[in-house]
Amino acid sequence: MKIRNVLNTITPKTPSQKNGAGSLGIRNTKWLSFPYILWMVGFIIIPLIVILYYGLTTNDKLLTLDNIKSILDPINLRSLRLALELSFVSTVICLLLAYPLAMILNKSKMKSNSFIVMIIILPMWMNFLLRTIAWQNILERTGIINTVLKFFNLPMLNIINTPSAIILGMVYNFLPFMVLPIYNVLIKIDKDIINAARDLGANSIQTFLKIILPLSLPGVISGITMVFVPSLTTFVISNILGGSKIVLIGNVIEQQFRIGNWHAGSGLSLVLMIFILISMAILSKYDKEGEGGSIW
Amino acid sequence: MVKKFIERFYVGLILFFLYAPIIILIILSFNSSKSRSKWGGFTLHWYKELFKNQSIMNALYTTLIIAFLSALIATIIGTAAAIAINSMKKTPRTIMIAITNIPMLNADIVTGISLMLLFVAMRYTLGFTSVLISHITFNIPYVILSVMPKLKQLNPHTFEAALDLGASPVYAFFKVILPDIFPGVLTGFFLAFTMSLDDFVITHFTKGPEINTLSTKIYTEVRKGIKPEIYALSTLMFIAVLLLLVLINRRNADKREPIKKV
Repeated sequence: MKIRNVLNTITPKTPSQKNGAGSLGIRNTKWLSFPYILWMVGFIIIPLIVILYYGLTTNDKLLTLDNIKSILDPINLRSLRLALELSFVSTVICLLLAYPLAMILNKSKMKSNSFIVMIIILPMWMNFLLRTIAWQNILERTGIINTVLKFFNLPMLNIINTPSAIILGMVYNFLPFMVLPIYNVLIKIDKDIINAARDLGANSIQTFLKIILPLSLPGVISGITMVFVPSLTTFVISNILGGSKIVLIGNVIEQQFRIGNWHAGSGLSLVLMIFILISMAILSKYDKEGEGGSIW
Repeated sequence: MVKKFIERFYVGLILFFLYAPIIILIILSFNSSKSRSKWGGFTLHWYKELFKNQSIMNALYTTLIIAFLSALIATIIGTAAAIAINSMKKTPRTIMIAITNIPMLNADIVTGISLMLLFVAMRYTLGFTSVLISHITFNIPYVILSVMPKLKQLNPHTFEAALDLGASPVYAFFKVILPDIFPGVLTGFFLAFTMSLDDFVITHFTKGPEINTLSTKIYTEVRKGIKPEIYALSTLMFIAVLLLLVLINRRNADKREPIKKV
């Protein structure tokens, strides 16, 4: 550990060295970012402008706020409120499940970082629609949970096609996005700081509250955004696990596009983007290095 | 001791939660009943049927080729961009990183819709290329964020030393920088491939009517019932990746031993 720290002080961090590398770098490497800058402008920024245009105009290319105001329609408003509630609950559950897991993984002797990441990413190789459909098998009236309950003569659980099933689907699908950022931040915490706290007489709860928790906050914040945003905007999970009765804002937008009502769909997407922008603003406040490294 | 047991139990429980649906899908691939909710006995029938089912094989082919091409192109553009971003001054660097984060933090549905609207506004026919472009777009950030940490660990003097010793910048890049950042590049490629493979929402909006990836094919079958061949196919894909990872891990473990001793 000590040797590593000494090495850190002599390798690239000092400003003079960095400038030397930088000036050489800038002359030689600036052009390397041109393809990416072109790509970003063409396929990230311009599409967002296009969606803004569609959201603020009518079919006859007239400026209007009606598309955005359609969020005030009681059905749309209810779907937005339900989506906010469900995604809030699943984000909290994900956080409560993921933090202890990340701490245990961090403590484990198996320090092979990539192996742990692989284990958590591996399920994605089974298509996410299929994995969500498999939850139907587990939760159905005649599904696995109820079969087990029936065997023990316990009352049946009615989970499928309820908001609980959707929350479960969200937690299942997005838990990895909470675990990985927290784990990535925890492994970077210098063990010497924790040892110092213990040496100075802090007990384990104090060490956790005063040292580990504050230092892991960037990971927690990016975990929260990485779970909250996809939960808020999903239409697939509610489609598969919620039946057709439970409608989230994502379902409303998808439906608008399916029936060809692009302007209204874009307007509602703009409303959703307000919530996404708020999350991004909070995230960037905590990402002090401005490196985005805390996301993964 | 008790604490250790509780910790192990907890990790086991979460892994069970993550892998339970996968176990169910693997079991379903051996189910001779066509229905998802009935067990009709063990069979390998669906594995044989799978290779005869032209539409599934087509969807598989499209999925793999899009995943491979998008991951490859994203890796090239992303690695180049990461090198440039790494040597930028603070302000342009912060702006670049912020824009890189947009597709990662933005909702898939918004990204998908905005790209679809762009293609339509440009009168570009939705199809294979529009899906490929969209996948490259959401894959580049994963590559950049995988390569950046490796670049930061890099000692800039080795590159300068190579130049001083007469190497051309391109030669020095391939001989000095690339080997050092290669693990990050590989992780980026692998992540990008996985994300492309697992994507449904963005493909759903940017694909034309005549092409299907596995995701979109499955989605059209959700209501009428999934064909059991699809379970067989996903089982094969999952096992293949699992074996690949075990192999890579074992090779890395072998490699790590001698390095530690030095």
